Amino acid sequence: MLKRTKRRYLALDVDSAETFEPKEFADGIWSAVTRLYGEHGASQTGLVMIHCDMERKFALIRVTNAASDMVRAALATITKIGDKPASIHVIAVSGTIKALQKRVKQR
Amino acid sequence: MKRLYSDLHLRPNMKDPKQTVNMVNKAAKLGYRLLGLTFPLNCGEQEHQQMKEKCIEAGVDFASRVDLRPNTPNELIRDLRRLRRKFEIICVACQSKNVSRQAARDRRVDLLSFPSFDFRRRFFDRAEAELASNSLASLEVDMEPLLTLEGAARVRLLSNLRKEASIASGFDVPIVVSSGASNESLMRKPMELAIMASLFDLEKHSALDAVSKNPAAIVKRNREKLSSRFVAPGIRVARRGKDC
Repeated sequence: MLKRTKRRYLALDVDSAETFEPKEFADGIWSAVTRLYGEHGASQTGLVMIHCDMERKFALIRVTNAASDMVRAALATITKIGDKPASIHVIAVSGTIKALQKRVKQR
Repeated sequence: MKRLYSDLHLRPNMKDPKQTVNMVNKAAKLGYRLLGLTFPLNCGEQEHQQMKEKCIEAGVDFASRVDLRPNTPNELIRDLRRLRRKFEIICVACQSKNVSRQAARDRRVDLLSFPSFDFRRRFFDRAEAELASNSLASLEVDMEPLLTLEGAARVRLLSNLRKEASIASGFDVPIVVSSGASNESLMRKPMELAIMASLFDLEKHSALDAVSKNPAAIVKRNREKLSSRFVAPGIRVARRGKDC
């Protein structure tokens, strides 16, 4: 029987004076993951952008549980998105969006 | 028990007080409770005091640090004699094999650091680790080069770090993971530094110790030694006066 893939939702804080288009932001994350782990590694992360609010400098992504540390390491290596300086900090990690939103509100 | 996170290597430009304050405030916001700030060799007690006040305002503990770059073992010994009682953390940036061996065996050295960009000068091998394990020196890994390097250079650095981390674990040499950040944008949360340490195969528990327990132990040990009550390891002045 096919085993269900466990997922993790990550709330991200974008630390930058610049603003980004959601596509540009997603490309920045993908490019960091690909640079660090290659295309094969990136394919295992199951990375999906769920929500991106660049006015609040906040984003929500989904990854597979097995690859969540890989994605977190790749996010930490980001120093630029496009040509604009930026860094990304993980605010909270959770197994459901509902629990994640609760945690983010608590902070 | 909740971990108290430390970053022993912040490198703000000390001539720019605004940047220094911003970095200290950001470190506090990111969750650090102990900061080591690198001072130039010739700085005075007044500068330490000013920085300490800024850190206390931000709600973090402060440890003064100096990075020595001696060219010969004798120069290292001379610097240690001159500076050991002035700074809470002494790091030796090893430029040659002789210096790195002397630094590893000297009990006054807290941290051993190796150039990130020059791979031939990374002298942390089994002999170095054995010397370090008999003294008090820890291996420091700065994360800034992992953020700034790309491509083949980063691959080589990761490969070297993996080898060194494995040797250090084998000889029980503590590893200290620091940001090495020279500006705010290169500062990361302690958990992010620990996760980045997994890139060179440091286990999660060891990586968390490398940003919390190991640096805190160095500062605690040195504060005890630098206190006026310290006589020798295990011996301290309990009371002074005529009635003793």
